[in-house]
Amino acid sequence: MEFDVVIVGAGPAGLSAAIRCKQIDPDLNVVVLEKGSEVGAHILSGAVLDPVGLNALIPDWKDKGAPVKTAVTSDSFVVLGPAGSARIPNWPMPRLMSNPGNYIVSMGNVCRWLAEQAEELGVEIFPGMAASELVMEGDRVAGVVAGEMGKNPDGTPGPSYEPGMELRGKYVMIAEGVRGSLAKQLIEKYDLSAGHEPQKFGIGMKEIWEIDPAKHKEGTVVHTMGWPLGKNAGGGSFIYHAENNQVFIGFVVHLNYENPYLYPYAEFQRFKHHPAIAELLEGGKRVAYGARAISEGGWQSLPKMTVPGALLLGCSAGMVNVPRIKGNHNAMLSGIAAANAAAAAIAAGREGDELVEYEQDVRTGPIAHDLKRVRNVKPAWSRTGMVGSLMLGGMDMWVASLFNRNILRTWKHGKTDAAATRPAKNYRPIDYPKPDGKLSFDRLTNVAFSFTNHEESQPCHLKLKDPTVPIRVNLPEYAEPAQRYCPAGVYEVVEDKSVPEGARFVINFQNCVHCKTCDIKDPSQNIVWTTPQGGDGPNYPNM
Amino acid sequence: MSMNPFDEIAVEEAIRLKEKGVATEIVVVSVGVKQAAETIRTALAMGADRGILVVAADDVHQDIEPLAVAKILKAIVAEEQPGLVLMGKQAIDNDMNATGQMLAALLGWAQATQAGAIEVAGDKASVTREIDGGLQVIEVTLPAIVTADLRLNEPRYASLPNIMKAKKKELVEKTAGDYGVDVSPRLTVVKTAEPEGRKAGVKVASVDELVSKLKAAGVI
Repeated sequence: MEFDVVIVGAGPAGLSAAIRCKQIDPDLNVVVLEKGSEVGAHILSGAVLDPVGLNALIPDWKDKGAPVKTAVTSDSFVVLGPAGSARIPNWPMPRLMSNPGNYIVSMGNVCRWLAEQAEELGVEIFPGMAASELVMEGDRVAGVVAGEMGKNPDGTPGPSYEPGMELRGKYVMIAEGVRGSLAKQLIEKYDLSAGHEPQKFGIGMKEIWEIDPAKHKEGTVVHTMGWPLGKNAGGGSFIYHAENNQVFIGFVVHLNYENPYLYPYAEFQRFKHHPAIAELLEGGKRVAYGARAISEGGWQSLPKMTVPGALLLGCSAGMVNVPRIKGNHNAMLSGIAAANAAAAAIAAGREGDELVEYEQDVRTGPIAHDLKRVRNVKPAWSRTGMVGSLMLGGMDMWVASLFNRNILRTWKHGKTDAAATRPAKNYRPIDYPKPDGKLSFDRLTNVAFSFTNHEESQPCHLKLKDPTVPIRVNLPEYAEPAQRYCPAGVYEVVEDKSVPEGARFVINFQNCVHCKTCDIKDPSQNIVWTTPQGGDGPNYPNM
Repeated sequence: MSMNPFDEIAVEEAIRLKEKGVATEIVVVSVGVKQAAETIRTALAMGADRGILVVAADDVHQDIEPLAVAKILKAIVAEEQPGLVLMGKQAIDNDMNATGQMLAALLGWAQATQAGAIEVAGDKASVTREIDGGLQVIEVTLPAIVTADLRLNEPRYASLPNIMKAKKKELVEKTAGDYGVDVSPRLTVVKTAEPEGRKAGVKVASVDELVSKLKAAGVI
């Protein structure tokens, strides 16, 4: 079936692009495919929203009832020690990091609202439909295949098999978020990272808590660094007091950590036992859990974003501003830029070519302005540690904000996150405390609170390029870190005396929360995340 | 929103009856919030012919009780004059398992609930029911109410092309008032409690100790 614009992913980037297309030309045929069972089911983000993108897209969003209501009223950075904490004063921090005028939101709810706006404009949105393949015509991306359902575990058609459908478009917008599966194929096929730094990532894990109303202060934003990660890895936490007595509490671990015994999920759980955090959560109840990789490469890591017939939007390219700890605004701005370029091209009779105007807009417009100033913060953290990044990165940002020039020039990131992993023989296993079931929880119990579900009778969507690598290479070299970096307990190494290797690598794909961390962090880069059938995966309520 | 799994099985059975030539038209009905239109569209995409949405609540958390639903369905049955009413045995939000039975009583029709298999021949239906002791086969005279249980069939997926085509099928929106039904709740929830946490067990050192503890607990 033919459309003007085919968009993969009903996140902020994809939906903004869809809305903008229809605003420019109501007669454009725009379709959005979403693998989650409904819009918002796979959306997970902190989040604090800078409304710059929303203001550009739908200026009267407030009158239209957008779920953007909780203004940020207090904002602090805190360095945690094992028992105490020290607040970093706000005044030395460059203004770009401050949050007045910004809102604590559930991006899931924002996307649901954006979807309503899009449908009112005539955009067709199909949730429960996973885009599993690119449709190529020579060198051009002509469309995607979506909606294939009902395969047997061995890949043959099952009794209720439905073949996928080809959706062709004059332009295909890939808005799959961080480490998108089709985006990854495009980046590899067209060598889009050539001349750019490799992309860098963190894993973000989040819980929603209903807390004691006496402790809840709507509009409060807190970010912590330091304990428990210390020098082991970059990262830290976020604590946002949202509406309805809910607190969004999350933990990010930069995936370029070296110690393969590091267990990001366990770091998150033990962080909650810090006296200051425990005090906040005591008497409360955890109501949801989830995880998603987060893009951290910033300006240097933006690949080429256009190929004939297709473009990469939002975090499929990687647009999070790390020190501002937000990227949803850039996602929306990129959707607007993509729509502007596509609509103009279609009006001029073009199709299937490279939308160079889009890339130009990203690299010279508001997204560039946002990302260029902060581009050395993450590399400074990786190279000089947290204190170094606060000092050097902070100084670089100040000079950039005042004089529009980065005196550090542009620092490189170094290796990919996977390549940064060092052999296990250099380290010893880390002894993490057991969860107490009240403040901290074991991984499998928490996964139940992501409401993730997969049709069991289907091929495993986590593909191994070489099925022997986990036991033959990863286990002896790296103590198979998949057992630890996966926030959902998908991967297990199970002792099995009946096989010559003595152990088996078990993939419990039903637990997968679609975070993409395995695809990013496997030191052998042997795991390839592909999409399971549509409708599967998490069912996040208001993440 | 997703379709109540037992209703999905009922929709699938209706489509199979049409494919067999037993049924000529399938009308799907949902009573609930406006967004239930999506669920009806899914049924239309699976193969139903037209839909009726009865908007009876503003908020998805507002419960519309089985008797109210049954009264609305009775009014729709009077208008549509179907030969068979198929529905799920229960909804998975409140697990009441009452609507089909109440509708049959209001209409004075036969009911065959917890159906694991249906055979229609002329004006009779032979229904295999899943009951506690095993399987029971009964014969009912049509028109009748049949409620679907898990093993009746495995529903087909609504394919993307069919979802697109279903947008053109008729979906009529009505209100509970249009059928003269008051959906105010008649049931009051007195108490809701989480199950008690499991208490730690007690280890005993010998059979004698076990027996004495069981006696003390009044169990033997």
